[in-house]
Amino acid sequence: MDLSSINPLVLLASIMVASTPIMLAAIGELVVEKAGVLNLGVEGMMITGAVCGFVVAVETGSPTLGFAGAALGGAVLALLFALLTQFLLANQTATGLALTLFGLGLSSLIGQNYVGIKAPPIATIRLPVLSDIPVIGPIAFRHDLMVYVSIALVGAVWAVLKYTRFGLILRAVGENHDAAHALGYKVVPIRVAAIVFGGACAGLGGAYISLIRVPQWTQGMTAGAGWIALAIVVFASWRAWRVLLGAYLFGGVTVLQLNLQAAGVNIPVVYLSMLPYLVTILVLVIMSANRSRTALGAPGALGRTFHASQ
Amino acid sequence: MFRLEKRPAPSRAWTAATPVLAVLLTMLAGGALFAFLGTDPVAAIRTIFWDPIFGEFAFYYRGQLLVKAAPLILIAIGLSLGFRAGIWNIGAEGQYIIGAISGAALGLAFYPTENRLIFPAMVIAGAFGGWAWAMIPAILRTRFNTNEILVSLMLVYVAEAILASVSSGLLRNPDGMGFPGSRNFSDYPAAHNDFLIESAGVHWGVIAALIAVVFGHVLLNRHLLGFHIRLTGQAPRAARFAGVNPSLLVVVCLGISGALAGLAGLFEVSGPAGQISIDFNSNYGFTAIIVAFLGRLNPIGVMLAGLLMALTYVGGDAAASTLGLPAAAIQLLQGMLLFFLLAVDVLSNYRIRPGKREAA
Repeated sequence: MDLSSINPLVLLASIMVASTPIMLAAIGELVVEKAGVLNLGVEGMMITGAVCGFVVAVETGSPTLGFAGAALGGAVLALLFALLTQFLLANQTATGLALTLFGLGLSSLIGQNYVGIKAPPIATIRLPVLSDIPVIGPIAFRHDLMVYVSIALVGAVWAVLKYTRFGLILRAVGENHDAAHALGYKVVPIRVAAIVFGGACAGLGGAYISLIRVPQWTQGMTAGAGWIALAIVVFASWRAWRVLLGAYLFGGVTVLQLNLQAAGVNIPVVYLSMLPYLVTILVLVIMSANRSRTALGAPGALGRTFHASQ
Repeated sequence: MFRLEKRPAPSRAWTAATPVLAVLLTMLAGGALFAFLGTDPVAAIRTIFWDPIFGEFAFYYRGQLLVKAAPLILIAIGLSLGFRAGIWNIGAEGQYIIGAISGAALGLAFYPTENRLIFPAMVIAGAFGGWAWAMIPAILRTRFNTNEILVSLMLVYVAEAILASVSSGLLRNPDGMGFPGSRNFSDYPAAHNDFLIESAGVHWGVIAALIAVVFGHVLLNRHLLGFHIRLTGQAPRAARFAGVNPSLLVVVCLGISGALAGLAGLFEVSGPAGQISIDFNSNYGFTAIIVAFLGRLNPIGVMLAGLLMALTYVGGDAAASTLGLPAAAIQLLQGMLLFFLLAVDVLSNYRIRPGKREAA
């Protein structure tokens, strides 16, 4: 065992990278759930985004276009979910599961000729001055653009939900769709918009895995990241800034177990590799054990089907 | 435009018709997909849905059909009980793996003892393993109100990590020259789930699946517990007032589905798969979710749906070898089936009326 081989600066920097995909997916799902929709298909949208982004980036040579393609791929899949749950009034839990199963099949079909290819490299942005600050510079200011985009997105979602009229309407729709409908707000279009936004975010998160974090395409490469993103929304009690915290926590656990594996710690690999999932369960238990706290956070109409029939 | 009008009660005719409609739509969309992939759609659909039953080599495929259908039906029967009551166990894949590992470990521990009791003991151990794995989300849900969807799913990844570990460590074949994977059960008669009727593909798992169908049918239609399950799914508040204990229901539903998934895993590992290896599981635990919905959460329906889904597996294999259809296309076809099913379900719950959409 050689813990001194772990460089704390590199460790902290890689936590920022590792947490970016789940942060993107989780902030998207947060908006969806704030609008009162439970989309369990995050994993499917992420893996579709991962393969779409990878294929587009390899074919065009441009990672930027890759991310655009990933967002589009995730959004299209989300639109399918919106069609089923908002217009055909299907059960959201079942449809979300279907979306995941469908996405896994679709992605391995699209990606079957892209296994083993390397993604085009993406530029690291060294913010002038800031990246030269000792300690903080290498940790926080020498990353690719998507790391900053994801953090900015969390800030933007927080601000929109808290301070804008649209944010208020979205939350109203999520808390009580019948009341929002009675006030004249368009429940279904607002929810569709939220679902599509969530899909695009999940797609971006998936592409971050296939284009930057790994960067390769392998089948089922998201390995439950989408489900962890769903858990982070619960952990965050549906508050945007807490998503940031949750994503860093899970990113930290993932990176730590990889580093411990590499350092040859005396813990069998099997326990280390199940650590992120066990931590997710533990965090869910802690969050849900306190019933009053979760009840305060969860949108009132979460997962309920809206039909203006009464 | 059209307007949806809620039916006072789901239409019985449409409830029965929608799975058939969904299958037809899937065939159409699947045909389009195959054509897009450059395969003759008619030939592909015929290879998948027709040839395994009526084609030239059907004598081979028919046996495969029951081998694939048995685990799907076993798992889906358990899942459908929970789904009816709004208890979402989507970690059947994990329970399946743990059941297989516990049963196989027991059998391998006795190697090479020959005793008639070894296989029955393995069956019990398999069911117990799956049950115990499902009890984790059940207890967390009842004690701490933790979402069983996320916990049961996370446990799939934990189970896969354990599988990877034991197949190259604890249960590795000591005579296997260091290759990962356990001893093969076909070399160990006392623990082997051999075919009872080779040509029909009947092994103990098929018998167990049939028993599970009967058990599920009786439970749902003739037993108070089944009534409580149905009541909880349709009107949770009314069920509470009628004295249904929701915690007990969670434990029972997750327990039954876990035990059945564990059984499926054991029959698979000791029979068709033959050994514990890192990839012996074939995602039956997830496909069974589709089977449960396709069968309308009804045991008889689940049996038919399981056979149909097995057909897509067997036919998909055939299409992969004769037409070069990618295996992922079949997975996509199965996913599509669930989508179409959920989409056409609107017909059984709502009437479609011409007219202006309401302001919504």
